Order: sequence, then structure tokens, then C-alpha cells
Amino acid sequence: MQAFDYVKAKTLEEASALLAEHNGDARPFAGATDLLIRIERGFLHPAKMVDIKNLPGFRAINALDNDWLRIGAAVTMNEVVIHRDVESRYPLLAEACQSVASYQLRNRATIGGNICNASPAADSAPALICYGAEAIIHGPQGERRVTVEDFFQGVGQTALERGELLTAIEIPPPPDGAVGRFLKLGRTTVGDISVMNVAVLGWPDENAASGASWRIVLGSVAPTPIRAPQAEKLLAGDTSPAGIEAAARAAADTARPIDDIRASAAYRTDMVRVYTRRGVEHVLAELNY
Amino acid sequence: MKHDINLTVNGELYNLTVESHHTLLTILREQLVLTSVKNGCSEGECGACTVLFDGKPVNSCLVLGAEADGHEIVTAEGLTINGQLAPIQQTMIDLGGTQCGYCTPGIVMASFALLERNPNPTEQEIREGLVGNLCRCTGYTRIVDAVREAARLQRTDMTL
Ligand SMILES: Cc1cc2nc3c(=O)[nH]c(=O)nc-3n(C[C@H](O)[C@H](O)[C@H](O)COP(=O)(O)OP(=O)(O)OC[C@H]3O[C@@H](n4cnc5c(N)ncnc54)[C@H](O)[C@@H]3O)c2cc1C
Repeated sequence: MQAFDYVKAKTLEEASALLAEHNGDARPFAGATDLLIRIERGFLHPAKMVDIKNLPGFRAINALDNDWLRIGAAVTMNEVVIHRDVESRYPLLAEACQSVASYQLRNRATIGGNICNASPAADSAPALICYGAEAIIHGPQGERRVTVEDFFQGVGQTALERGELLTAIEIPPPPDGAVGRFLKLGRTTVGDISVMNVAVLGWPDENAASGASWRIVLGSVAPTPIRAPQAEKLLAGDTSPAGIEAAARAAADTARPIDDIRASAAYRTDMVRVYTRRGVEHVLAELNY
Repeated sequence: MKHDINLTVNGELYNLTVESHHTLLTILREQLVLTSVKNGCSEGECGACTVLFDGKPVNSCLVLGAEADGHEIVTAEGLTINGQLAPIQQTMIDLGGTQCGYCTPGIVMASFALLERNPNPTEQEIREGLVGNLCRCTGYTRIVDAVREAARLQRTDMTL
């Protein structure tokens, strides 16, 4: 592997300074499951790795006073999956994180690295977007926050500016009675990167004609994870079998996939229809209203 | 850039000087000559380099040696105590879970860790626990058998 320096940053200030000083040649380093592969393949040539795993709070999951849940950027996928509050309040996120790669990899892969890497196939993203999660960013100008939906700007592109770091992800309380389902299509049953995925969240809502409101987020079918607002609207109106099929078609219409080594665009689009329908049917069967 | 690190490997404390960009896999194989740790894909897919890092299985090809400073590593060599193989090592031999042997140490480490967190896994749980370990020889059936048998041996051992 090409040579680089490695530093374990101890404070946020030190990390920001190192990242700024190296003018883009220094990279935040978390679980390294994306980074080292891209270096090995010659796509990246960083001069310095700034390990952010030991920064205060980066490995912690905390319930906040406002009832939000804060997940440190360097919390691993396995740590997310087994956390009591995630399991009880945000099971859709647990399901998504559990679907990443293998057990070994999930001991290293962090949730922050997953969204900072900004792959359209980042499996944690659709669930985070369903829950309305926000990315907490630290930079030379202090702290700011953006929704995870807006954090993704394009393939491999995030809202982070030079010298900025993701410190945590914060998730608002889920809607009362919410039920979620994450469905992922890979080339193998378990453990592969998503050919496409869909996260569905439904919750009882007496203002909705169908009795429930919905969030549908699609992964790996556009440059970023995307919501399917038309499908959400149709489901709020009608969740009869015909209504679900119409919503599933609307979700497929929202998808803008490409042909690549994992699947053709046409196949992905049709699988959006099928997986959205299955996800909605699953949620509907579990919703109580 | 060089780092002086202290780490425990298979119960012994080592003080090493390592390069920033050398992976834990490289350090274990080339500086400590623990050649059970195999380099398969270098990309976290095949699991041949699986070791325990503070008790948890990781792909050592995707960990830097410098990250191991102050931590505890166990490789397949470390599961054998006074010449006595761990149950999963013995059952892999007895039940034919190994052929060419290249993937075996990684599978042993991943299985060992699986049995620590789940002493009585179903076949489905064994298969999911080993998703990160590829084997081109056995077709996996005998590996699954070996893990199930090791689980049985360990459980009866505990009740003795
Ligand atoms: C074999 C294999 C299988 C995989 N399967 C899946 C899968 O099924 N689903 C999936 O979604 N992904 C998968 N991945 C991709 C990868 O494991 C995940 O994206 C993982 O969550 C990345 O986290 P990390 O901590 O390893 O990130 P790193 O590699 O450490 O970092 C990734 C990027 O984010 C930046 N970064 C990291 N943390 C921060 C931070 N706090 N602030 C600012 N920038 C930061 C880094 O500089 C780098 O550019 C797989 C990877 C491999 C090797």
C-alpha cells in the first residue's frame, strides 16, 4: 500500500486543525473499510490519516434531554444494532445497519463513515432519512447541522466543507406507533452491497384518509438516497391493494438508476416497485390503528 | 512515519515499531510471523485475515497496525493452549471442514467469536455468522457441521 502518515486525534480542535492544515491531503479515518480499499486501488492518495475514533463522544450513543437520540459518528454498525434505544425506538435503523456486509466488517464499519462516504448504496441512509435524522457537523466556524437527506449531495459528495467533520447523527423521536421495514436486494441473500434498497416507515395518523402517514426512501437508484414523495402521498390516501400497487409504481417512477456491474437500470426500477410493495404490505400488517 | 506500539498478541506483550500504512495483517504475518493470518482479497470480502481485536472479530487487512497500540489481538495460533486445540479447531479437522486450508484460520476465528456470543446457533445463524468468510473448496456444508459440533462440545463441556 502507498505510504501515508497516521495520527490519533485527541480533541476536535486538533482534528480540525490537522484536516485544514493539510489542504485536503488529510482524511478523517474511522473504520477504514471504505478508505483503505480506495487507497489500495489507487483512487485516493492521502498524505495523512486523522483517526477520529477516540474523539470525545464519537463512540457513544446517548438519549438527549429533548428525547432525540444522539449516535456518535464513530459508533460501529454492530454497536448501533445492539443498542437498547435503537432496538426499541428505531428498529428500522437496526435492521438497516444489520444488513451491512459481514459481522467482522460491522465491527469496524461506522455509521458516520457510511454517510460520509456518500455511496448511493449506503444502507444506513434510507432508515436515517425516514426518521428525519440530522447530521451534526463541526468545523472551523463551529457547529452546524443539516438533515441526513441534504447531507448527501451526489455520488461520494456530502455537505461537508474542507476542515469539517461529522461528529454525530441525531434522530428525533419516532412518530407514535411507527412501524418500519428495510428491504435490500443484493447479489447474494445476505452480506452484499445493495443493488437497490428501500426503507418504509408508516405510522397511524387520523388526518390521513388511509389512517396512516408514510415515509418511503430508496437507495442505490439515484446519485443519492432519495425520498419517494408521490408514493408517500398516495399511501396517505389509499392503502387498498390497488392503492399500494399505485404507490409502488410511483416509487419506481421516482427512481433514476443507472446500469452498472451489479444490475441494469431497468431491473432496479422494477425491483423498486416490487420491494416497495412488499415493504408497505409488511408495515401495514403490523400497524395498529 | 513510524510508530512505537505496545500490543498483546495471543497473551504475550510485544513492543514493535511499525509503519503508519502497514496493516495489522502485514504486522502479524511479517513482523510476528503468525502465518495463520492469511491475505486473501485485501478488501474485507473473504475473511481469511480474520483475527480477534479486543475479543471481536475484524478483517485485519482493513486495520492499521498502529491502531492496535494498547489493544489485544488473538490469532488462530492463540486458540491452541498447551498443544490442546480449541473445539472448533478440532471439529474442523474431524468433520472435514477444511480442504486446501487457506480460509480455515479465518473461519476458525469467526466461528470462535460466533460461539462466544451465541453458544447454540441455528444453521441459519451459523451461515449468517460466516457470511464474511469465503471458502472455495468445501461448499460450506462441512464447515457448518463443524461449527454445530463445536457448539455441542462446548455446551457439554460447560455442564460437566
Ligand atoms: C466487503 C465490504 C462490504 C461492504 N458492504 C456494505 C454494505 O452492505 N452496505 C453498506 O452500506 N456499505 C458497505 N460497505 C461499505 C463500508 O463498509 C461502509 O460504508 C462503512 O460504514 C464505512 O464506514 P468506515 O467507518 O469504515 O468509513 P471510513 O472508510 O473510515 O471512511 C469513509 C469515508 O468517510 C470519511 N469519514 C469517516 N468518518 C468521518 C467523519 N466523522 N467526518 C468526516 N468524514 C468522515 C472518510 O474520510 C472517508 O472518506 C462495504 C465495504 C466492504 C469492504
